[in-house]
Amino acid sequence: MSQSERLRGENLTLAYDQRVISEGLGIAIPDNSFTVIVGPNACGKSTLLRALSRMLKPSTGAVHLDGREIGSYPSKEVARRLGLLPQSSIAPDGITVADLVARGRYPHQKFLKQWSRSDELIITEAMRATRVEELAGRMVDELSGGQRQRVWLAMVLAQQTPLLLLDEPTTFLDIAHQMDVLDLCAELHHERGHTLVAVLHDLNHACRYATHLIAMKDGAVVAEGDPATVVTAELVEEVFGLPCRVIEDPETGTPLIVPIDRRGTIAQRAGQRGTGRESTGLRSRV
Amino acid sequence: MTATLSRPRRQRREPRPDRLVRLGPTMAFRLRPRIMAVYTALTAAILALLAGCLMVGDYEIALPNVLNALLGQGERLDTFFVQGVRLPRALTAILVGTALGVAGAVFQSLSRNPLGSPDIIGFTHGATVGAVLTILVLGGGGVGIAMGAVIGGVSTAGIVYLLAMKGGVQGYRLILVGIGISAMLMAVTHYLITRAELNDAMSAQVWMLGSLTLRDWGQVATVGIGVAVLVPFILWLGPRLRLMEMGDDIANALGVSTQRTQAMALVAASALTGVAIAVSGPIAFIALAAPQLVRRLTRANGTSLFGAGLMGATLLLGSDLLAMRLLAPIQLPVGVITAIIGGSYLVWLLYTEWRGGRA
Repeated sequence: MSQSERLRGENLTLAYDQRVISEGLGIAIPDNSFTVIVGPNACGKSTLLRALSRMLKPSTGAVHLDGREIGSYPSKEVARRLGLLPQSSIAPDGITVADLVARGRYPHQKFLKQWSRSDELIITEAMRATRVEELAGRMVDELSGGQRQRVWLAMVLAQQTPLLLLDEPTTFLDIAHQMDVLDLCAELHHERGHTLVAVLHDLNHACRYATHLIAMKDGAVVAEGDPATVVTAELVEEVFGLPCRVIEDPETGTPLIVPIDRRGTIAQRAGQRGTGRESTGLRSRV
Repeated sequence: MTATLSRPRRQRREPRPDRLVRLGPTMAFRLRPRIMAVYTALTAAILALLAGCLMVGDYEIALPNVLNALLGQGERLDTFFVQGVRLPRALTAILVGTALGVAGAVFQSLSRNPLGSPDIIGFTHGATVGAVLTILVLGGGGVGIAMGAVIGGVSTAGIVYLLAMKGGVQGYRLILVGIGISAMLMAVTHYLITRAELNDAMSAQVWMLGSLTLRDWGQVATVGIGVAVLVPFILWLGPRLRLMEMGDDIANALGVSTQRTQAMALVAASALTGVAIAVSGPIAFIALAAPQLVRRLTRANGTSLFGAGLMGATLLLGSDLLAMRLLAPIQLPVGVITAIIGGSYLVWLLYTEWRGGRA
């Protein structure tokens, strides 16, 4: 692991109270990558994201941001370098799109200078980038799920951070809106030079969009690298316990995971696999 | 997902654009025309009510004479009534109302629940037990009662906070624990009163209703200092509190140290409530109603602490004027009026929330 990455974690032990999720975890987010973290439910993906964004303090080890331990920065300074979109947030009742996006400017504001013309330009730009500009005056609670997610993304963009962490940005969206949000992420990565880290559930989405894939199981990193070389049938079987074939995505040439049809053998297999637990991130807020 | 700091759904028009206000090169704020209008109206209402409080009574004083008396140039009797009796009472009402409104807004913001006011989460009942104990057991007077109320209130807030805490405090847990503790404290208060001498029981009862009669300049100073110190501090926390209403995660991500902010805001709001109760007794419902009323009027998208303070002052001053004149010459304790106004408000709030399917 090189020492040059802006965001990396070394020898992390991550735990909630006494429950240890990860031990001895090392991770580095390649600069200018679109890194996607995948893994089965409760494998510690969201926990890792929380640690990388200073929301969870590691029991041992340290997360480094731009060469310094993340905890040693003032909170607002971290928020000027690293943006995070959590799984669920509450849009205040009766808030307009523009007002919500404007809240992303908080880390750049001072008590006496709470607003400036440049804030105005930056939120307009963030809304343009996420294509919610024409919704600016609408109430957030009147929007569809996909629109709302784009508004939250605009808020995080308004933070103007080089690093963006997204915790399952496509959950609760239908397939068209999922692709919409992912296309937007790819655009932010490709055209605007953000380093993106996203936790995704759908392995095929991860393969298609990630430039760097991190596969996790039981709190440990099992494989990482370019999805085209990393993702094999063996890896998917090892990480998810899912027998499958990996073929070429006819659209993009990236790996496409096709589960093996096992309807004939399902009765025998049922005994071998445990029931999946819900992801910890989801449970903590609902 | 339930966003409980909510308003009933109604037809919404696109709000008018904000106005950018610059004060020199270093200060700039966004102001919303509607919010400015509401604040101006509330300030005007406070001034009008203040004039009313100084003019009316069994001994009526015309407005020019009130002004003369304020400047110390009026007749002796006018000056005595205005400066010695009515002004301290009215100022106490304004300051206590401000304190309760602001503190209520903080508690509601932290618990993300319109019911999260000091009345509900046990603070007020803790203060009552403290004060009643002082009256009945220690036989203390004004200062002793105030001390007892503050100690009782703050220690109750501490206990509720500790019991509700689990890696930060969740709003609904704060409220449920508070309701439980309140019930126990109320039982203690009632027990103490049944054991007391009739006279002591009477004065304890009167204190428990909350009253503003016979306030002097010492009490104005007490609550005045509390408001002058704590309200600016809480206003300084305001932007962070509004971000925390979106959830701790997003507030953290935006650079708010949520746990520290929560602790600072709770301590400051508890102290503010304590000072108010010490001066006036546990006046009901101002802390509950003021933040929500101003929010509905301004249609602001977050807690407006400043507005809650203005609304609290307006409500309490208006209630006190009613308490004095409604059944004149019989003087009602102001707590009776605020309980009636606040109770109707609470019913309306729950009704509209339920009808909106949000409670």
